[in-house]
Amino acid sequence: MLLYTLRRILYVTPVAIGVSIICFLLVHLAPGDPLTAVMPIDATAAQQAEMRQAYGFDRPLPIQYGIWLWKVLHGDLGNSIASGRPVLSEVSRAVGNSLILASVATLIGFTFGTFFGFVAGYFRDSPLDKAASALSVFGVSVPHYWLGIVLVIIFSAQLGWLPPTGAGPDGSGNWRPDTEHLRYIILPAITMSVIPMGIIARTVRALVADILSQEFVQALRAKGLGEWGVFKHVVTNAAPTALAVMGLQLGYLLGGSILIETVFAWPGTGFLLNAAIFQRDLPLLQGTILVLAMFFVMLNLLVDVLQTTLDPRIQRT
Amino acid sequence: MTAIADALIHAPVPKSRGYWASVAVRLSRDPVAMVALAVVLAIVLAAVFAPLIAPADPLKGSMIRRLRPIGFPGYPLGSDELGRDMLTRLIYGGRLSLFIGVTPVLCAFVIGSGIGIFAGYLGGWVNTMLMRVIDVFFAFPSVLLAIALSGALGAGILNSIVSLTIVFVPQIARVAESVTTQIRTRDYVEAARISGAGPITIVRVHVLGNVLGPIFVYSTSLISVSMILAAGLSFLGLGVKPPEPEWGLMLNTLRTAIYTQPMVAALPGVMIFLTSISFNLFSDGLRSAMEVRQ
Repeated sequence: MLLYTLRRILYVTPVAIGVSIICFLLVHLAPGDPLTAVMPIDATAAQQAEMRQAYGFDRPLPIQYGIWLWKVLHGDLGNSIASGRPVLSEVSRAVGNSLILASVATLIGFTFGTFFGFVAGYFRDSPLDKAASALSVFGVSVPHYWLGIVLVIIFSAQLGWLPPTGAGPDGSGNWRPDTEHLRYIILPAITMSVIPMGIIARTVRALVADILSQEFVQALRAKGLGEWGVFKHVVTNAAPTALAVMGLQLGYLLGGSILIETVFAWPGTGFLLNAAIFQRDLPLLQGTILVLAMFFVMLNLLVDVLQTTLDPRIQRT
Repeated sequence: MTAIADALIHAPVPKSRGYWASVAVRLSRDPVAMVALAVVLAIVLAAVFAPLIAPADPLKGSMIRRLRPIGFPGYPLGSDELGRDMLTRLIYGGRLSLFIGVTPVLCAFVIGSGIGIFAGYLGGWVNTMLMRVIDVFFAFPSVLLAIALSGALGAGILNSIVSLTIVFVPQIARVAESVTTQIRTRDYVEAARISGAGPITIVRVHVLGNVLGPIFVYSTSLISVSMILAAGLSFLGLGVKPPEPEWGLMLNTLRTAIYTQPMVAALPGVMIFLTSISFNLFSDGLRSAMEVRQ
C-alpha cells in the first residue's frame, strides 16, 4: 500500500510540473507582456526596456520559468496589478469561500444523486428508473448559469424568499456558518449541485445494476439473506467508486465555479478570476489558476489513494 | 422433393444491410433520438434561413418599445433591453451560438484523432511521451481551462474557439489512442503487415475504418458540453461581442431585466438548454445504435 502511494506521488510529479508550465505560459499567451497593462501609455521605448529588465522579462523563457517556479515554491505568487496586494493572500481568502460553496453543493448532489441512482439501479426500466435517467440527462445538459438565473427569478425576484446575490447581509467578502449567512448559500449551492447530482446518479445506477447481476448476490439470496442484508452488500461494493466520483466532482466544481459565482456575485475564486480577466491582472489570473489546478491534482491523488485503500482490487499501474 | 428444392433455390435471399444502414435503421426506431434530431435540425435550419423566416431586423431596436412582454402585438416573444425583437434575435442567435459551439468539437475531432491514432499506432515511447503531455491537460477541470485560456488570449470569437478546441483535443486524443491501441494488436492488422502493407495503407484501410466510429460518437457527446461552455464564455464577455445576437451574450445583457421581464430574460437560456439536451439525447441514441461501449 505504501509502495503504491509512493508510486502515485512519483507519477503525479511530472503532471504537477506540466501544470506549472502551462500556468507560466498563460501569461505569455497574452498579447504583449504582463507589463503592457501597467505601463504608462507615454513611456518611451527606453523606459519600457528598463522596466522589462527590472522585472526580468528580457531574459529567455526557460530562465524566467525557473525564477518564477522558485518563487512559487517559496509561496510567492507575485502581486496583484490591480490591488497591489500579494496574489497568495487574495487567492487564499477566495478559496475558502469557493470551497464552502463547492462542498455544500457536492454534498447535496451526492445525497440526491446516490438516492436516485440506487432507486434506478434497483428498479431497472421502471418509471422510477426513467425519471432518474431523465434527471441525470437534465443535470448534464442544463446550462448551470441559466439555471442560477431562473432560480433567482423565481425565489428572489418573484417570491422574495431568498437573497439574489452575495455571501452575507453585510456585503462583506466572507461566508460564515450562521442562520443569516445560510440563506445566501442556498440558491448558488442548489444550482451548482445539479451537475454532480446527474453524474453521481448515472454512476451509481450503473454500479448497482452491475453488482446486482453478479453471482455473489445470487449466492447471498440463495443462502436466505434478506433484502436488507443484500442491500448492505451492494452499498459496501458501490461505496468506493461512488465516493471517488464525489471527490472528483468536488474538484470540478471548485475549478468550474466561475460562471455560477459570477451569477450570484459569490466572493470566491471564480469571482476573483472574473475580476482578474477584465482588469487584465495577469499575475492574479495566473496565481488563481495555478492554485485551483494544483488543488485538483492533489485531490485526484488523494481520491486515488483513498479509493485503493477502501477497495484494493482496483490498483492502477 | 424437387419442388421443395426448387423453391429453396429460388427463394429470395434476404438482403443484408451494411453497417451504417443498420445503424440508421436502429436509430430511426429510437423515438427519443428521433425527436432530439428533429429539434437539432429545426434549430439549425432556422439559423441557416434566418433572414427568410425572422420577422424583423436583429440589430434594429426602438428605445420606446424596450422590454415588451411575450405576446405583445408585433413582438411574439417580447423585446429586449434595446427594444429589439426577441424572436428574431433568438433565430439569428442560433447562427453564432451553433458556430462557436460546434466548431471547437470539429477542430478537436480532426486534431485529437490525428494525435491519438498516431500515438496509438506507433506505440512505444512516442505514445508514452504524447500521452503524458495529454495527462497534464486532464489536471485542469474543462471549465477552468477554457476560461483560463480565453482569459489570457482575450475576448473574441476566434479566441474562444481556439480555447475550447484546446480543451477538447486531449479528451478526444485519449479516446482515439485507446481504441487504436486495441485495434493495432488485432490479427488482421498483423496479417496486413506481414503481407507487406505499409503503415499508411494499414492506417487508412484497417485502422481508420475501425476507430473513427467510436471517436465520432464520443465527439458528438462533447457538442452539448461545448455549446454550454461556448455560450458561457460569451455570457462572461469573453466570446461574442455586442450587438451581435448570440444566446450566451443575450442571457448576460438581459440579466438587468429579471425583475421587470423575467420570462423574456430567461428565453436565451431556454435555447441553449434545448440545443444542448437535444445533442446529448441524439448522441446517446447514436451510441446505442452503433453499439459502442465507452
